[in-house]
Amino acid sequence: MNNAIEVIDLIKDFGKIRAVDGASFNVSEGEIFGLIGPNGAGKTTILRIISTLLQITSGEVKVFDYDVRKDASDVRKLISYLPEDAGAYKNLTGKGYLTFIAKFFGNGKEVSEIVEKGIEIADLEERINDKVDTYSKGMMRRLLVGRALMIDPKLAILDEPTSGLDVINAQEVRNIIKNSVKMGTTILLSSHNMLEVEFLCGNIALINEGKIVEEGKPTELKEKYNASNIEEVFTEVIR
Amino acid sequence: MSGLTNIIIKEIRELLTPSTIIPIIVMAFIFGSMGNMMGGIGEELEKKPVIGLINEDNGELSEIAADILNERAEIIYKGSNIEEGLEKIREEKATALLVIPTNFSENIYADEPGEIEVYWIMKGAGIMDSISSGVVDGLIYSIEEEISKELIKDGEYSDIVLNPTVKKETTIFKDKELKGLSPSAISGILSSQSTMVPIIMMMIIMMAGGTVISSMGMEKENKTLETLLTLPVKRSSIVFGKIAGSAIVGLLMAIIYMLGFRYYMSSLGMSSEINLADLGLTLGMKDYFLVGASVFITLLAALSLCMILGTFAENYKSAQTLNLPIVLLAIVPMFLTMFKDFDTLPLLLKIVVFAIPFSHPMMAMRSLMFDNYLLVLSGIGYVVIFSAAMMWIIVKIFSTEKVLTAKLSLKMPKFKRR
Repeated sequence: MNNAIEVIDLIKDFGKIRAVDGASFNVSEGEIFGLIGPNGAGKTTILRIISTLLQITSGEVKVFDYDVRKDASDVRKLISYLPEDAGAYKNLTGKGYLTFIAKFFGNGKEVSEIVEKGIEIADLEERINDKVDTYSKGMMRRLLVGRALMIDPKLAILDEPTSGLDVINAQEVRNIIKNSVKMGTTILLSSHNMLEVEFLCGNIALINEGKIVEEGKPTELKEKYNASNIEEVFTEVIR
Repeated sequence: MSGLTNIIIKEIRELLTPSTIIPIIVMAFIFGSMGNMMGGIGEELEKKPVIGLINEDNGELSEIAADILNERAEIIYKGSNIEEGLEKIREEKATALLVIPTNFSENIYADEPGEIEVYWIMKGAGIMDSISSGVVDGLIYSIEEEISKELIKDGEYSDIVLNPTVKKETTIFKDKELKGLSPSAISGILSSQSTMVPIIMMMIIMMAGGTVISSMGMEKENKTLETLLTLPVKRSSIVFGKIAGSAIVGLLMAIIYMLGFRYYMSSLGMSSEINLADLGLTLGMKDYFLVGASVFITLLAALSLCMILGTFAENYKSAQTLNLPIVLLAIVPMFLTMFKDFDTLPLLLKIVVFAIPFSHPMMAMRSLMFDNYLLVLSGIGYVVIFSAAMMWIIVKIFSTEKVLTAKLSLKMPKFKRR
């Protein structure tokens, strides 16, 4: 299977602080890949680099063979990024926000089709016509997941997609993510909820203090470390 | 430590931040500078005015006038030729040339007001620029008072005793000879005609600029900027889209504000009864085009500068603090051009006013009334270069991660590893 993402010896410094320290991993096309680690491990920094938002100090990152440094505009045509705790423009309705985004990806009928898909994924029923600033956190997250996946991106980069959501909303978002893979989207997500990642991801990388400390399929890693879940694997790895 | 002390210390620490202290210090500095200016007015009032005098009358009353002027003014020309006198007072940057005609005393004794011809040399239309003419006006009033006393002493009690003299004024301002007008009348006309532009300009810059900075702060706070920057759209389109949107909103605000301000001015009866066309002080289509061009290009400069400042905003609250430099850059030229004309400013202040791009549309209307195209065109040229430089910087910033990571802090920037 082809690689959707190749990260090779990635280093990212913010002044004197090294946020990512020589990370390397590959994400295959059509899979859900999880970056797991505690808060401050460097997950968001890696996702932002792949999303062309941050510059690389050294190393190499490729998205569908496009270099994120040299071919940033080509990469942006293939990806859809969902930041953690993101919001939307408060004066727009949910539908208005989806339409605003859809217009970057098509014209005329295409826009309506994209928006219809976004509405379907967000599943906010008649509230989709309400202003965004009246939404609960769960509704906002569903809208943004809808926004991220409605364009059928080749690669969706989701930073803590279920962060702060209640059990029901979190489960709905997970189902949306699983379904989108069936449509051909590759998913790279980050989470500090290791149980969630175990449920969602085909492959995972454990990250701690900017370094990838372990990588593989959740079942293989549990077997390797004789652990009952990924949390135990992580504890064992960083010990 | 008691609970109360603990809370007080916490409150002080939270409230006493650079963002709260700096605006207060800046405002104190502005008030201090204005106080200095007012002090300057006092000093100007105490100075003897510099004038020229042509006394063609040999009567007793003109001698009273000459004595007062000799005592309380510095007379740099005493001759009989008006042209020569005007040239001399222009050279010496004096305030006025006073002419007492031959039949001055005779007319007053014949119950006719004695005419004093005053040729004012008006240097600028600012508040500070008309101080010396005010002092000379005071001298003319003293002359009238002394002549009244003399007439009363002589036992003459006709109506003329209350107003024995009359002024015949001609003001020379920026090579235009304006007959029948005093400098204060011209100042009044010009300020009612040209203060509107500085005030509106200041309001547009503050409103549209504030909108841009706040919008950047909100985009960062809601992380909508991160989403926007990962969309397949050119960074330059994001920059120019934001600038154009804010410019349209700013212009709309300005139109609404201008309508309200015009109504306010007319309700105060500020509109002059003097026909500006008669004085050659009207603007043609070409002039209005230049004023419009100056306003438009300055708005672009302001918004580009605001975008740069906006990249330092971490959230909506910090965006409010970043408005301060823009407010200052808008207020300083507004006050400076109200107090002094550009031409009469000291060189250093001239450089400061010229360097602030927002000054140019504020000065444009008045400059064009007096055909000072050089100042207006060079101002537009400068602001075009300034705007281009700002836009280049902001597009560069948007092309790097600085648009997300830049923040204004007196401490060393801290970055979280996440």
